[in-house]
Amino acid sequence: MPVITVREALRQALHEVMEDQSVFIIGEDIGHYGSTYGVTAGFLEQYGPDRIRDAPIAEAGIVGLAIGAAMVGMRPIAEIMSVNFSLLAFDQLFNHAAKIYSMFGGQMQVPMVLRTTNGWTQLSATHSQSFDSMFAYMPGLKVVAPATPYDMKGLLKASVADPDPVVFIEHTLMYTVKGEVPEEEYSVPIGRSNIVREGRHVTVVTYSRMVHLSLQAAEILAKEGIEVEIVDLRTLRPLDMSLSIESFKKTNRGVVVTEDWQSFGTSAEIAARLYEYGFDHLDAPIARVNFKEVPMPYSKNLELQTVVTVDRIVHAIRSVLK
Amino acid sequence: MAQKTAQPDVARNGGGKPSAAEHDHELLTELFRQMVLIRRFEEKCQEMYTKAKIGGFLHLYIGEEATGVGAVSALRPEDHIFTHYRDHGHAIARGLDINPLMAELFGKVTGTSKGLGGSMHFAEAEKHFWGGYAIVGSHLLLAVGVALGMKMQNKASVVMVFFGDGATNGGEFYEALNFAQLWKLPVVFVCENNLYAMGTPLEVHSSVTEIYRKACAFDMTAERVDGNDVLVMREAALRAVEHARSGQGPVLLEAMTYRFRGHSAQDTQKYRTKEDVEKYRSTDPIEVFRRTLIDDGVLTEEQARAIESRIDDQVEESVRFSEESPEPGVEWIKQSGVYAEAIAVDPPIHGE
Repeated sequence: MPVITVREALRQALHEVMEDQSVFIIGEDIGHYGSTYGVTAGFLEQYGPDRIRDAPIAEAGIVGLAIGAAMVGMRPIAEIMSVNFSLLAFDQLFNHAAKIYSMFGGQMQVPMVLRTTNGWTQLSATHSQSFDSMFAYMPGLKVVAPATPYDMKGLLKASVADPDPVVFIEHTLMYTVKGEVPEEEYSVPIGRSNIVREGRHVTVVTYSRMVHLSLQAAEILAKEGIEVEIVDLRTLRPLDMSLSIESFKKTNRGVVVTEDWQSFGTSAEIAARLYEYGFDHLDAPIARVNFKEVPMPYSKNLELQTVVTVDRIVHAIRSVLK
Repeated sequence: MAQKTAQPDVARNGGGKPSAAEHDHELLTELFRQMVLIRRFEEKCQEMYTKAKIGGFLHLYIGEEATGVGAVSALRPEDHIFTHYRDHGHAIARGLDINPLMAELFGKVTGTSKGLGGSMHFAEAEKHFWGGYAIVGSHLLLAVGVALGMKMQNKASVVMVFFGDGATNGGEFYEALNFAQLWKLPVVFVCENNLYAMGTPLEVHSSVTEIYRKACAFDMTAERVDGNDVLVMREAALRAVEHARSGQGPVLLEAMTYRFRGHSAQDTQKYRTKEDVEKYRSTDPIEVFRRTLIDDGVLTEEQARAIESRIDDQVEESVRFSEESPEPGVEWIKQSGVYAEAIAVDPPIHGE
């Protein structure tokens, strides 16, 4: 099976969905600039300016236009270059995209995808955030945050095919992550978690980039005979906790690793569900590994103490095994 | 781009008297019928609200009927409409049956949005009436998006979007105008300038009180018209729709109008005097138009009364229909009511 990067997997998915003439991409610097993270590089030349729409820096407009176009039969993919800019589009996303189907009694659908990206690398306070829990908070949205090239491609295809609005969360530090992707056509269903490593001593529930760090932590602990089971949620809404709870009932110990702030973040909901459904199986309090609760500092030294590291995951796993 | 000269006094003067004789009598009668239907429907809404048959907010269109009826009359069935929370008038002008509209207000499943939306969210997708939206200025971008969809599908449809003067100060208004003009999209922006952003007077909320001039910054064709004169409004809308349909890009119309009732049914109207309101009521757009039609021999007094009487019966029937209709079922508060394609998960989301 070919091994490709996340970036290439996303490009493959976009090329495949562009075969449908109702699909178009709208976003900042996706065309003339050549695409900030290279995902749509060359698309303008191949598909033309009608379907690769370089937009003004106007995030509410980008998302609002995508919603409107989706209401009349288009399948827009709106790209918000950095998730930090998505705050300007939350009105459109929350008040319209998430509501239009139910508020009007099922008369209209909004089959749009909002692609955006988390990430940090000395970008400081306003360019290093995660709003995963805010997206996932909203009934009416579907929210996916895949970790591997296989899931990136499969879930992006499923997202574009879905009749509801989907927020598709990528990560700037994952575009070069490699993995196997089959040549034949496939898609990955929204709302299904996946066990990415089997183990019997402790359950780690995670998603997106934290899957890779958790796998590294598991490798380190394996050398000591600690067998870590890792569940990749892949989708945040609807949240499939079935495999996580099943695993937790087996290991009786859980760690939740998410790359956002702990208070009211995604790990709070995940841990709550583990407690609700796994209470009788609990051998230790569930540990959570997240950003330190500060605006992201610029200094490399402080930044590395703020973000989630493999060491911190290893430490958390050890703590629940004591 | 041509910019029409401002006519800041037209609304206050009640406008030049339109000559009805040169128009098709059937059309004139239909415009009159729609305006009266909106007025009587709204009056009945107020009554039903007082009787607690209708909940939530109730924003009445009374006084502004000529704007909605005149503007919507310029559209074809394949065209599209977006509007704000004061959406009853536009829905009726677009030809939505008042039975499902009243039922929506009663929160019944026979409502136009199945009882899920209420007063601020009337919609009928089949009539391209894409709904009332309750976040001020926010829906303009959806309208521009539909116009983009139409252009990409090579359809000759035009999108008309209504909003108030209060909606022209927020950022989404400016994003919408820029996108529409930048991509030459077929949008007719209709600003219903009723002189108040909820309860804040125009000169208190906007640095430029001639709203149409805000379009100048985008090189967009714009015009201020007397929105209280249904024929003037219709003519301006026909020009704007033709401009948009022919591929020349969007148009902004500023319709000068006035709301006779409060912002909502709970409004005590401390921001204006009774004399202010009475002044406008003395040139009630429906009364003025009715008088014109009779003076010009389009309708007799008896014919006008017969129309009004039929409308009263129709409105009564909408109340009866709504009273007798069932409430929506609990399927609407399950995930299947939230998503076009709900995805079942295990364990289920709370409440499933």
